[in-house]
Amino acid sequence: MKNRWNRGVQLLGVSACLALVLAACGDGSIDKATDENKDAQAECGGDGELNLAVNPWVGMAADAYVVGTLAEQELGCKVNYKELKEDVSWQEFKSGGVDVVIEDWGHPALEKQYFAEKGDGSAEDFGSTGNIGIIGWYVPPWLAKEHPDILDYKNLNKYADKFKTSESGGKGQFLGSDPSYVQFDEAIVANLDLDFKVVFSGGEAASITAFQKAEKNHEWLIGYFYDPQWLLAEIPLEKVALPEYTDGCQDDPAKVACDYPETDLKKVVSTSWSSDGGAMVDLVKNFTWKNEDQNLVAKYIADDKMSPEDAAKKWIKENPDKVDAWLGR
Amino acid sequence: MSLGRMPRWAWALVVVGAWILAWWLMKGSHTLALPGREHTDLHNEMTGWRNDLIAGRDDNPLMQFTGNVAEGALNAVDWLQRMLSKPNYPRPVPEIGWLGLLGIMMWIAHAVAGWKYAVLTGSVMFVAAVMGLWADAVDTLIVTLLSVICAVVIGLPIAVLIGTSDWANRIIGVILDLMQTMPTFVYLIPVVLFFGTGAPAAIVATLVYALPPLIRVAGFGIRQVSPTAIEATDSMGQRAWQRLFKVQLPMARRTIIVGLNQTTLAAFAMAVIASYVNGPGLGRPVVAALQIADIGRGLVPGAMLVLLAIMLDRTTTAASERPEQLARIGGGNRRLRWAGLAVGLVVVVVMIQMSRFYSWAATYPSTGWSSDLADGINKFSSWVVDAIGGVSEAFKDLVSYGLLNPMQSVLAESPWFVSGAAILLLAVVIGGFRTMATTVAVVGWVVACLAGIWYLDLWHDTMITLNMVLVATLLTMILAVIFGVWMARRPTVDLLLRPVLDMGQTIPPFVYLVPVLYLFDQTRFTAIFAAIVYAAPVAIKLVADGVRGVPETTLEAGRSAGSTAWQEITKVQLPMASRSLVLAANQGLLYVLSMVVIGGMAGAGALGYDVVLGFSRFEEWGKGLAAGLSIVLLGIMLDRIFRAAAVTGSAAPVRRRSRRNATAEEESTDRDAPLAVTG
Repeated sequence: MKNRWNRGVQLLGVSACLALVLAACGDGSIDKATDENKDAQAECGGDGELNLAVNPWVGMAADAYVVGTLAEQELGCKVNYKELKEDVSWQEFKSGGVDVVIEDWGHPALEKQYFAEKGDGSAEDFGSTGNIGIIGWYVPPWLAKEHPDILDYKNLNKYADKFKTSESGGKGQFLGSDPSYVQFDEAIVANLDLDFKVVFSGGEAASITAFQKAEKNHEWLIGYFYDPQWLLAEIPLEKVALPEYTDGCQDDPAKVACDYPETDLKKVVSTSWSSDGGAMVDLVKNFTWKNEDQNLVAKYIADDKMSPEDAAKKWIKENPDKVDAWLGR
Repeated sequence: MSLGRMPRWAWALVVVGAWILAWWLMKGSHTLALPGREHTDLHNEMTGWRNDLIAGRDDNPLMQFTGNVAEGALNAVDWLQRMLSKPNYPRPVPEIGWLGLLGIMMWIAHAVAGWKYAVLTGSVMFVAAVMGLWADAVDTLIVTLLSVICAVVIGLPIAVLIGTSDWANRIIGVILDLMQTMPTFVYLIPVVLFFGTGAPAAIVATLVYALPPLIRVAGFGIRQVSPTAIEATDSMGQRAWQRLFKVQLPMARRTIIVGLNQTTLAAFAMAVIASYVNGPGLGRPVVAALQIADIGRGLVPGAMLVLLAIMLDRTTTAASERPEQLARIGGGNRRLRWAGLAVGLVVVVVMIQMSRFYSWAATYPSTGWSSDLADGINKFSSWVVDAIGGVSEAFKDLVSYGLLNPMQSVLAESPWFVSGAAILLLAVVIGGFRTMATTVAVVGWVVACLAGIWYLDLWHDTMITLNMVLVATLLTMILAVIFGVWMARRPTVDLLLRPVLDMGQTIPPFVYLVPVLYLFDQTRFTAIFAAIVYAAPVAIKLVADGVRGVPETTLEAGRSAGSTAWQEITKVQLPMASRSLVLAANQGLLYVLSMVVIGGMAGAGALGYDVVLGFSRFEEWGKGLAAGLSIVLLGIMLDRIFRAAAVTGSAAPVRRRSRRNATAEEESTDRDAPLAVTG
């Protein structure tokens, strides 16, 4: 009996060693890739890792994944995408949790806290992305076509009744958006004496769904929207004219009675990251593109349901000249 | 004490009537409404306090301490991820690939719970690999594991404390109540401030959520240890620590494991919410899908979460029963078992080794099935939406115009002092006049909570939220009574419905937010509907259990007197289960309350929106915090009123239960009884 057990243990040991040796043969592909990555990492600069914030709208994901994919493919960086809201992303600059916010729509309060002039200097402006942000009040195309005069805010009260919903308390409903976006609509409605109530959709997806549904079923809808946004390629929403933006007319959030300014979208980065230098810093510095470019990548993601990585790869393949310029080739 | 000859509901009607009259006379004045983007001095003060904390984060000892804790957690998670789920750069794959980890997990399941559970674990994890969700699933398990370990380290000593000392039990009980009435999003705000984002924030937030069940259930178990056993061993002259480690803890072992199981599942429930602060895991694809309004791509990882929860639940439960099971069959052939484990270990080592050297064993080749499945679900759901879109719209309008708007008008458009006084009077009518003590307690709690809400400057939003909570609870209770009675009277219905209810409880609420949005647009009703889906299962189960608990003899007596089924339900079963009904309403209400913030993301506005706003905009932080605190106060107030109402006329205190671990405590008492006898 004892003998049989001993023999069993021996057999087990021998077969285990054999199996381990065989298993360790592998095809060598993993080792090869490891060596390649090691070589590439030196080129990337810094600690070889790039932490990109991805704030909650698809356009920003388009920017982040195009830059990230390039850093990974061409510079050999290790890229981490951090899905965060804006103010949390800025808070993380100092600890190194986030290196780059690739698309910033203007946050005076955050700049005050973190830019060098007034705050702790953990963040800095890294130049424009080349995209122009146009925020405004939009209506679905069918509505603009049937009632062209609706595109002037002065005529909105005339139609307020049509915009009523169960949520708007007897007034017309104005559909606000994700709470994290730059929005002054409640003040604008109040200060222009419009017979509307702002109801917040709560997120980009909810707003998109609402506009898609309104255009399909010819429902009355007016709401906060913006360009660049992929939906505009599918449904060309029409912008309602508000009193023109002048410098300083949005300084006091409670007294705003003018349209949103055209915003030059910019890159904001961690100062400790940018001072390290290297190829990935140059790539982020050089990155600029047009609204159409972003809308195309965002459409690949949101409409064609490609993964952000695949969407970025596809666009990079189709636009070698732009990419080469960023990489300094 | 009693209310005199008039029944309670008549008094309630009198109060409501007076309220409506006052509303009609004074509506629209003193409502304390605060427009969406305006804040008060108090809110600015809180925001300023936060700004100072961030500005001084280099030399503030508290911030440095939490920073160090966060860094430790980050490093631990990062190391585990590099080992198991993400490339250990420059290596293109993790150190141990899917095949190796699959082997390890199956071997552990086999060792602690038996071969059946090894097969279960293996198949669930294999599904994760095939669906391309391997890395996210493993990340979820890593965060859950670390949180549960922390919960045990922190929770067990506290459980011992409340298990052995009465005053600690009372004080900590109040704190646990507070932790459990607080919606999860509310504590994300301070967690992010102190612990940053990513894995540390996920672990801390999960810990806050998952700790109370463990402390409560384990403490309860230690309390239940039979005094005879303690006396018998005390008489042999043991020291306090000997009593604890040799008697109390071993005898409460099974209850403690039930608590551990509850904690694990609670940790799981946080997976999606944690991804709002970039916590790793399956929540990320769910949230990403929500962003592009894609039902299918949210449902696939959501279903994966449910599968993982089932796997953990069944395996840990089996593991806790295993030693006794083995003892019952006389230990089995121990040698054979060890030999089996040894052979298994060799196989596992070979699997690990292969997963380190073959790329197919390191990362599962992508199949695209996940995407196909998501597209299929999308097609199906858009078909459903088209089919019932009109009906759902009509139902939404009916509830909104018929119930929601009028009630909101009375609650929120009355002057604040009218609403406040009316709420206090209703609380007294519903919960007071049983005994002097309960009346004083109810009045005290309600006045304190209302004062707090008033102080936080969000009175109007709080009333709108209260309205939604009440309507959602009402609809939940209607469902609970209908299905609860049906389940209690028909065992086959029970058999069919229970798995559906279990699923409703485990699937993360975000997953069904997208289809609900399609059906009901961005409205308060969407939030209410999502809250009902979340709250109804637990309420239905409680009602069903209560109705089933009515003694058969009572029913027989009624039947012999010739009562119809309808009479039997309304005259016997429901009245006799009235305490279960109140309990179900209380649990349902707390569940509904925890959905307020998620509703704020779907167009419900009010406090939920304020929390999301404070969470996402730097300058609104103080307002968000105030909104979070208002939700907590609202929860405490409603919970206290219901508790007072649940106290019966005989003034017997109702056994305290709270949400999430209600079933656990029930189970633990059931399971504990035989243990105490044999001990």
